[in-house]
Amino acid sequence: MNGVWLEPWHRAVSLLPFEWAQYSFMRLALLAVILIAPLLGGLGTAVVANRMAFFSEAVGHAAFTGIAIGVILGMSGPLWPMVGFALLLTLLITWIRKRGGLSSDTAIGLVMAATVSLGIVILSKGGDFARYTNFLIGDMLGVTPSDVAGLAVLTAIAAALFLVFFNRLLLCSMSPALARSRAKRPGVAELVFACTLAVVVTCSLPWIGILVINALLIVPAAAARNLARNTAEFFAWSIGVAFVSGIVGLIVSFYASTATGATIVLAAVAAYAVTLLFSRRRTG
Amino acid sequence: METAFDSAPAHHGIAPHRCGECCTTLRGVGASYGGEPVLEDVNLHLHCGELTAIIGENGAGKTTLVRCLLGETPHSGEIHFSDAARRRKDSPIIGYVPQRVSFDREAPVSVLDLFAASLEARRPACLGVSLSVRGRTIEGLRRTDASHLLKRRLGTLSGGEMQRVLLALALTPVPNILILDEPVSGVDHSGRKKFYDLLSRLRRQYDLAVLLVSHDLASLARFADRLVFLNRRVVCEGPPAEVLRDSRVREAFGLESIT
Repeated sequence: MNGVWLEPWHRAVSLLPFEWAQYSFMRLALLAVILIAPLLGGLGTAVVANRMAFFSEAVGHAAFTGIAIGVILGMSGPLWPMVGFALLLTLLITWIRKRGGLSSDTAIGLVMAATVSLGIVILSKGGDFARYTNFLIGDMLGVTPSDVAGLAVLTAIAAALFLVFFNRLLLCSMSPALARSRAKRPGVAELVFACTLAVVVTCSLPWIGILVINALLIVPAAAARNLARNTAEFFAWSIGVAFVSGIVGLIVSFYASTATGATIVLAAVAAYAVTLLFSRRRTG
Repeated sequence: METAFDSAPAHHGIAPHRCGECCTTLRGVGASYGGEPVLEDVNLHLHCGELTAIIGENGAGKTTLVRCLLGETPHSGEIHFSDAARRRKDSPIIGYVPQRVSFDREAPVSVLDLFAASLEARRPACLGVSLSVRGRTIEGLRRTDASHLLKRRLGTLSGGEMQRVLLALALTPVPNILILDEPVSGVDHSGRKKFYDLLSRLRRQYDLAVLLVSHDLASLARFADRLVFLNRRVVCEGPPAEVLRDSRVREAFGLESIT
């Protein structure tokens, strides 16, 4: 896909009186950040509330094995095998949890250990692992117009699914017993959310980086928890913090020549520190 | 298999406020967990306007029985509900107050959010609450004198306040059967009395069939219409005074010293 449809965006942003706005790759990266950061911030509220932070971390790390499967199958890009493997993993973890026996974090830890090691073993065979380090820290400035289009579609679908299942997820986060008595098939809501989360994390990590993707889910939501008194405020603050730290992090990374994903996370952590000062826990 | 419980109409006249027509019937209900039978051949009738309390030792199958009624646990036998016109309904509205809900105290969830997540048909609670649901929430909270708690975070509620909120939620919409699982554990003595007073009032007001699982024998003796002593099957049942005299109940609850 060529970038003709992005012309109005490029023209508008390049009117800004900043050096970074004059570069085409920065304008594309800005658009990608505007799509990804609020999406991760919004989903993050449920990740925190439903205690799925370790799950999303595991799914991100499992990308190693996804990439490795793509290499073995001789596929041109790693995205589809990564997404496919992430979904498979989500089903596996859900099944293990449902079967009982292992506690949730032990089950996830076990699966994560297996997938990360397997991926690294396959990718490092022949001493070639350095080729894949890009995935560790992400490459936000390498976003192409077709990537942006893909992210836009992903954001729309993921946001729609999230909003449809939101109330059921909220009940699940409060009490499984209550959710079972008040919601239609709460288990389905949890599974759909876990799959959505797996796909969003996997599709975002080539740009954000495997090592820091989870922070973009957790930190804005953690900051929002310090400020919010109800669900709507929680959601709005989390998206707001993710949005602002995404833009600030991108621009700072441009001038400081640092990895964009990690810089965005630091901006979000700074926002978290600020929210501590205004925490409702201090004000009662 | 017809049992003694089918003589239920004989109870008419004891409690003039209830219609006595709607009824939840359990017939030969059994359930097992991992091959081990937890419930066997349970036969019960739950009438509207009547407060039935299930008592029994830990592991006697009380919670399993509740889960069977809620449709969460597969069971053998038959559970059906018929309304005042003797029409059978497969899915009665069940209000449920769960046992000791352990909310995350720091979670930014208000009482209104809890109701919105349960009552909103479409609108996600993160995008605000519709006026109609807000209205139903206030109406529901008024039933349990809790409307002032509307905007409070769940984590800031006391045990008694939480019980009133959960009871209000279970009564929205007004159910055919209200089930409470250990509703007063963690609530102090005066809070318990208030809770049972409230429950008795609501039962009369809405002609509710109430099923209560509890260990609080002293309160049950006062507030329950009927006690059911469960130990995998129904060991004995009847008016509290009668059941509490039964030697098996006295032994199970260590009541020998009390006369």
